[in-house]
Amino acid sequence: MKAVIAEDLVKTYNKGSVRALDGLNLDVEEGTVLGVLGPNGAGKTTTVRILATLLAPDSGRATVGGIDVLKHPDEVRKIIGLSGQYAAVDETLTGWDNLIMFGRLYHLSAKDAKVRAIELLEQFSLSDAAKRPIRTYSGGMRRRLDLAASLIIRPKVLFLDEPTTGLDPRGRQDMWGVIDDLVKGGVTLLLTTQYLEEADHLADEIAVIDHGKVIARGTSDSLKKQVGGERLEIVVENENVQATKEIVAKVSGSAVNVDEGLRQISAPVTTGSKALIEAAKLLDEKGIHPLDIGLKRPSLDDVFLSLTGHVAEEKTDEDLATATGRKKGKK
Amino acid sequence: MMNAISDALIITKRQLLQLARVPEVLIFSTIQPVMFVLLFRYVFGGSIDTGQPGGYVQLLMPGIFVQTVAFTLAATAVGLSADMQKGLIDRFRSLPISRSAVVFGRTLGDGVLNIVVLAVMGLTGFLVGWRPTSGAFKVFLGFVFLFVFGFAMSWIGVLIGLSVREERVAQNVTFIAVFPLTFLSNAFAPTTGMPRALQYFAEWNPVSTMVAGCRELFGLKNEFGATAGSFPSENPLLMSIIYMILIMAIFIPLSVRKYNNAAKK
Repeated sequence: MKAVIAEDLVKTYNKGSVRALDGLNLDVEEGTVLGVLGPNGAGKTTTVRILATLLAPDSGRATVGGIDVLKHPDEVRKIIGLSGQYAAVDETLTGWDNLIMFGRLYHLSAKDAKVRAIELLEQFSLSDAAKRPIRTYSGGMRRRLDLAASLIIRPKVLFLDEPTTGLDPRGRQDMWGVIDDLVKGGVTLLLTTQYLEEADHLADEIAVIDHGKVIARGTSDSLKKQVGGERLEIVVENENVQATKEIVAKVSGSAVNVDEGLRQISAPVTTGSKALIEAAKLLDEKGIHPLDIGLKRPSLDDVFLSLTGHVAEEKTDEDLATATGRKKGKK
Repeated sequence: MMNAISDALIITKRQLLQLARVPEVLIFSTIQPVMFVLLFRYVFGGSIDTGQPGGYVQLLMPGIFVQTVAFTLAATAVGLSADMQKGLIDRFRSLPISRSAVVFGRTLGDGVLNIVVLAVMGLTGFLVGWRPTSGAFKVFLGFVFLFVFGFAMSWIGVLIGLSVREERVAQNVTFIAVFPLTFLSNAFAPTTGMPRALQYFAEWNPVSTMVAGCRELFGLKNEFGATAGSFPSENPLLMSIIYMILIMAIFIPLSVRKYNNAAKK
């Protein structure tokens, strides 16, 4: 049974000049997690907004829980939860006020709304902060409350739009824990993210989208295979590029990529830190002191590069840095 | 229908809760009109001869009341555009609630805020010499008029708030729209001193008809406008009712539609 189906969704903005969705197809099996992975502007948010009844597509159809999103939006709204960058809570009010308000808007009785608020605050470790205004919350707490608000009616299908964008690493870890628990509870989840790591951690299946289309789909393992595993990257002085290339070729056993401009030598490796240590040792024996040496995990960039032949655009340096775990400016 | 009303009331309650959590908002939205009362009363009051018993303050108070409720438009626009910017409107729209609840709740909430502000202003006016002479019922009716006018203006604010990209734009647009409207009127000074074209505008300006109507209901002759013997200045109450019905008939459907198509900019 498919909990979510989207067929040939097309959405244009500015009188057709911007094609946000260009025939997007996807589906989510009931009780599973689909990670929708793509850069800013790929159409992730537009997809979620259409599925959550906030936006009508120019053409195509979609069902959520078997209900047609365009024909019966009110019925769809009764079974979905929406949280993420674009669904928010009232920052002036306390966490408690917000949960009661949304509970009442879901037509719970005053008593039921209270019971549910207490449960959710407990579940998301926010009981102590319940009586504080949201604007005093940390980014992570705010997201957790946001998520709690979307779970008031125990939705059949949950949409999380970039749930960890803008969170610090700790906030991200916390959020992942919370989402993990939800998934164990059997919710059907459609999650958008810019981070391969996140999709990897949370999703059963990943749909990679670019320019409003799904360009690849599969489990994280199968996608990673397409991308390649970890890469060894070394930056050295000009005169050592050739020697280093030989060392890397020996360690990697695969094709070596040399970027003359950056004086960077890189190659895929399969043995992880072992390869790193070996390369460091060999460099040392030759008396070469690398300016930078490290292992790079496959990043969204790599997925994109390998799937589309172009780099994921419209991303800020900050996004790149967090997405790939690299330092800003280093490439 | 019952759900639609109770949904709207939950949104109104949210707004009142906001005031309880951040009382400064209420305090400052009251201080400004009170300040206006005092400034006009003591700065201009001395030099404007109204020829009426009780002096300038009698004519001033209805003017300031109308100005204040006209600015509900700005409050509504700013509030809604902030909700929109923060993504709250998206969340509301993803809930199984009536499609008009959020905007009705908002306009109602701003109406409630108006009641508080009007009460404080009325009291201030009384302290500085404002004495309506028409009796309790008509005075009450005057305030009902003011409330409904504020409510109608609020719907224009809904449309603006949902149409602009940012809170600050909402602030500026509404200020630019409402400020001249309240000054190109009979609210603070006779329109007779204005150039002919402006006089004509002031004559038909809803703010003028409201001010003249309120003056009538508070037991005054409307000396600050009736220059031309035109229809609006002869029938200010009727004209005000027509304006209010027109504004609501146009802007309520437009605003509700806008809300349902509202996409975060």
